[in-house]
Amino acid sequence: MQLRVPVRGPAALKVLAAAGAAAAPVQLVWGGPSEPPRAPLRPPWAPALELDSGTVLFSPNAICQFFFLTRGDEPTDLSNQWLEWEATELQPAATAALYARLVLGRTALEAAQGLGKLLTHIEQSLARRGAAFLAGDTPSVADVVVWGTLFPILQDENSLPSELQALRTWFQSMTLLEACRDAADSVLMPKALLEFKSYLQKQPPPCLAMQRATSNEPEEEEGSERALTEEEIAAAADAWARGAAALPKPWQPQKPVLPVEGMRNVLITSALPYVNNVPHLGNIIGCVLSADTFARYCRLRNWNTLYVCGTDEYGTATETKAVEEGLTPQEICNKYHTIHADIYRWFDISFDCFGRTTTPSQTTIAQDIFQRLLARGFLLQDTVEQLRCEGCQRFLADRFVEGTCPFCSYEEARGDQCDKCGKLINAVELKNPQCKLCRGVPTVKPTQHLFLDLPKVSLIPGGVQRGWGTPGTTAHPCVLPQPSWRSGWRPGWSSPGPQATGRPMLATSPAPGSGMGSNRAASLATSSGAHRCPSMASVTRWLQPGPSVAVPVPGALLGGPHAQPVTLSPQVFYVWFDAPIGYLSITANYTDQWERWWKNPQQVELYNFMAKDNVPFHSVIFPCSLLGADDNYTLVNHLIATEYLNYEDGKFSKSRGVGVFGDMAKDTGIPADIWRFYLLYLRPEGQDSAFSWSDLMLKNNSELLNNLGNFINRAGMFVCKFFGGTVPNMVLTPDDKRLLARVTLELRQYHQLLEKVRIREALRCILSISRHGNQYIQVNEPWKRIKGDEKDRQHAGTVTGVAVNMASLLAVMLQPYMPSVSLAIQGQLCIPPDSFVLSHDFTCTLPPGHRVGTVSPLFQKLENDRVEALRRRFGGGQPEDLAVEPQAKQTPSASQPPPAPETLMAPIDSQRLQELTQEVARQGNHVRQLKANKAEKAQIDMEVAKLLELKKQLALAEGKSPEVSVPKGKQKK
Amino acid sequence: MAARPGPGVGELVLLEKLLGLPKGSKYGVQGERKIPVLQTNSGPGLTGIMTIAAYLVKQAKKEQLLGSTAEEKAVVQQWLEYRVTQVDGSSSKEDTRIILKDLNIHLEDKVYLAGNVFTLADILMYYGLHHIMVDLTVQEKEKYLNVSRWFNHIQHYPGVRQHLSNVVFIKNRLYTNAH
Repeated sequence: MQLRVPVRGPAALKVLAAAGAAAAPVQLVWGGPSEPPRAPLRPPWAPALELDSGTVLFSPNAICQFFFLTRGDEPTDLSNQWLEWEATELQPAATAALYARLVLGRTALEAAQGLGKLLTHIEQSLARRGAAFLAGDTPSVADVVVWGTLFPILQDENSLPSELQALRTWFQSMTLLEACRDAADSVLMPKALLEFKSYLQKQPPPCLAMQRATSNEPEEEEGSERALTEEEIAAAADAWARGAAALPKPWQPQKPVLPVEGMRNVLITSALPYVNNVPHLGNIIGCVLSADTFARYCRLRNWNTLYVCGTDEYGTATETKAVEEGLTPQEICNKYHTIHADIYRWFDISFDCFGRTTTPSQTTIAQDIFQRLLARGFLLQDTVEQLRCEGCQRFLADRFVEGTCPFCSYEEARGDQCDKCGKLINAVELKNPQCKLCRGVPTVKPTQHLFLDLPKVSLIPGGVQRGWGTPGTTAHPCVLPQPSWRSGWRPGWSSPGPQATGRPMLATSPAPGSGMGSNRAASLATSSGAHRCPSMASVTRWLQPGPSVAVPVPGALLGGPHAQPVTLSPQVFYVWFDAPIGYLSITANYTDQWERWWKNPQQVELYNFMAKDNVPFHSVIFPCSLLGADDNYTLVNHLIATEYLNYEDGKFSKSRGVGVFGDMAKDTGIPADIWRFYLLYLRPEGQDSAFSWSDLMLKNNSELLNNLGNFINRAGMFVCKFFGGTVPNMVLTPDDKRLLARVTLELRQYHQLLEKVRIREALRCILSISRHGNQYIQVNEPWKRIKGDEKDRQHAGTVTGVAVNMASLLAVMLQPYMPSVSLAIQGQLCIPPDSFVLSHDFTCTLPPGHRVGTVSPLFQKLENDRVEALRRRFGGGQPEDLAVEPQAKQTPSASQPPPAPETLMAPIDSQRLQELTQEVARQGNHVRQLKANKAEKAQIDMEVAKLLELKKQLALAEGKSPEVSVPKGKQKK
Repeated sequence: MAARPGPGVGELVLLEKLLGLPKGSKYGVQGERKIPVLQTNSGPGLTGIMTIAAYLVKQAKKEQLLGSTAEEKAVVQQWLEYRVTQVDGSSSKEDTRIILKDLNIHLEDKVYLAGNVFTLADILMYYGLHHIMVDLTVQEKEKYLNVSRWFNHIQHYPGVRQHLSNVVFIKNRLYTNAH
């Protein structure tokens, strides 16, 4: 039996006293627990009794009870009642009293007064029963438990008010008991109390259940927040006082950006968008926008950052699109590269370089990696079955085949994926396959391809773990967790024995279960929604020779040391072999020293951003290619993937015209920053999320306009209106310091989240800060105090100064999310560029005397009609059908001309509103009277019709849509 | 808080019925937290759920529900205390989460709160958690798998549930890859 008393806290007192009273054979262990007991988490100062059976008692009262039971003292109703009372009533009050005594430095008498009614309760019980002890004439478990709780506060009976005579006597006789005296001597030496004090100081002040119940303060949201400790408040005030001088100098990297020795060098890539289409909002949030936000954050942290992206222009889809639009593949690439670049420029994406894959560097680097893989024996040749169209005389790429989906029987499934059920398909499994070009029926033919030998790559010493072994690898719902990489993949790979017989190169064929590799790949991909990934490690593909369609496999293949001579010649790299190499080639086109980024794993930290469907390629195929090439390549350290963004209740679909696409966003008239904000606000972290127009309006109007914009604008306006545009002097009160600590807490949280690339959650911290700011202004009312006496005016100045500094902090924190708005705030408040950097502290960057510029509103309200119009415009076919049909049935009057839109948007005329309200009331009374008098039905109907008409007018005047729904015209464009 | 009946007199009446005691005990409440008080023939009455519940168990001569050995008795006492301090004191979602996490760890290798014997702690914990368990999502129930298993077991224990709603647990796990 072992009694652990981690810190010599007061709870140990009763436990030791009980053990002493029961003369229990207990082994006492001072100090911290060697391992956490397998019991629910207790405060670290609570004792724990480990019984020989392995049971752990963690409740001090239960431990006392146990000791008395071993002595043969059975609990009575009365002792039970005292124990329950102690746990539910006395304990919470005593903790608060102890805090008052030790931390706040109150005297024992004052602390005892805080216990007020509870002490009276003990006094009355003792007096009424006339017994010497709580549950009888001898000391019981009840006495020890209650005494043990009171002793640290009172120390001796003289701290008790003299009118509590019975209590004083009882307390004195308890303290004189040998067991209690011994316990007090060993636990409550002055030093132990100090230890306990330092522990209490780090805790939020205890909040009293009873205080809460009797307090008349309105329950605010504050209740759910963590309480601040005195230390935190003092630290925040210190940091504030240090001012802007304490901030690091913003880092201005040389162009081109290259890794710098001794700095944190961050290389960020976002998945290369494919050129055959216009990106939709989901694509934008999935990679380029998320990566941009993070890149901007990194730069604000003074990390040396390079952000590369570009268009992926090779592959079968380009070819398909070229056929569709009647252009050459090169023309298609040029056209769409420009479209993409324009869209990203509009969204203010801060690429260091935005390139393309159709460059000579791409060919050089891809072929170099290929040659190195080949030379090292990591490429294998094998036969797979592929569809061949005899009419076109060619093997068909997946996208050139259409047929019936083997899973859901959708008839227009593509050769690689079914648009209906979303599952990945192996083209040879399609039912009724058709050549997309000539509509002929293709046949399954064996063909030779090259594959990356994954098991062999995995054997490279230290290789597979290299990139992932870094401590602090980002944990992300969609990121491969380290364990699954190590335990899940490696065993399967490193023993190419039984599992892999007959097909030594794993992950080659799309057929299910054909190799360990593809199963592994499947299990990896399942978590991200994909089911199987055909041709996982394929390196080559057949394609019509075309200058811009693909990178040709070098001729070395034909006579390569490990490959059999290949009889069919126009072979090119498979998209997933060469597309990620685009990151390297685009960097190479940015700077000829690209290898300092890409062959420098010691200095460079690589972040890959993508949507979940790209995870297998970036986590396995690409790193394995680089590993196999054995050229000291930089491997991914953090793989950041998003789930999917849906549109309203469905998917984005270009062909059905559903959803907002990149090039249309600017036509909506909604500023890019609002789009950025909303997309980041619902960034699909953890699970799919959905874009919704009404939600966009709500978030704009509530979070941006009413919360963030309102706060920043008010803070600036107060400086201009009350202090002539100069930041006033500030004299911080404890309440102000509390706010500083609260803001610091949010700022730290923001850093913590962004360091883990939790972009969406970090945005909430910004909004919390401005919410605190609004409350702060609201509570302190500087506009009233400015008219008051000297002291009030000083306070108004302090509040205004703190608020405008919060606005300045928000401008910096907001920069990764809304760069233009951030710039606007910077301009309005004249924030010095040297303060435009993020640290972990909230300091005073706009000191007294700083002059602000002209302050104007940052955001505009989005009106319902406008958003509704946009929803209709981008909704696609279905929502419109739904909207029209039921209306046609319900309201025959739908053919009436709709009210002019002006009526709907007319400003509210309050006088007219009043008149109408009165008229409605009068008419309503009139109708009721008629009904009461049993008037003729026709007459009632007529008056009711009048009433309805009036109500409709009233609704219109109030700016609501009238009850009788009328289709709003004009929106079709 | 006002919306739900317990903790308090309601569950003590349920307990009386479960123990097979005759009806007719007189209960009152005390203070703002409405702590139940049982009027007894002798003395000023008993105050507090734990105290009254233990008294009722003794009245019904079912002392085994309070534990047989010193260790069992202390464990029962401990979980009754946990119930009245932590569970009844919980007010936020976060509190609830901590409680379910605590219990889930504790129940990992146990059939009942006190190990292998059904005790008063299981009964009162069941009554105290009922309003929480009713509102859990399927995913949360799976997350606190041990609590769910225990709760389902207790609610099917003869005479325990009475008029309280049956909380449904799905046998097959839906969220298999929950980390």
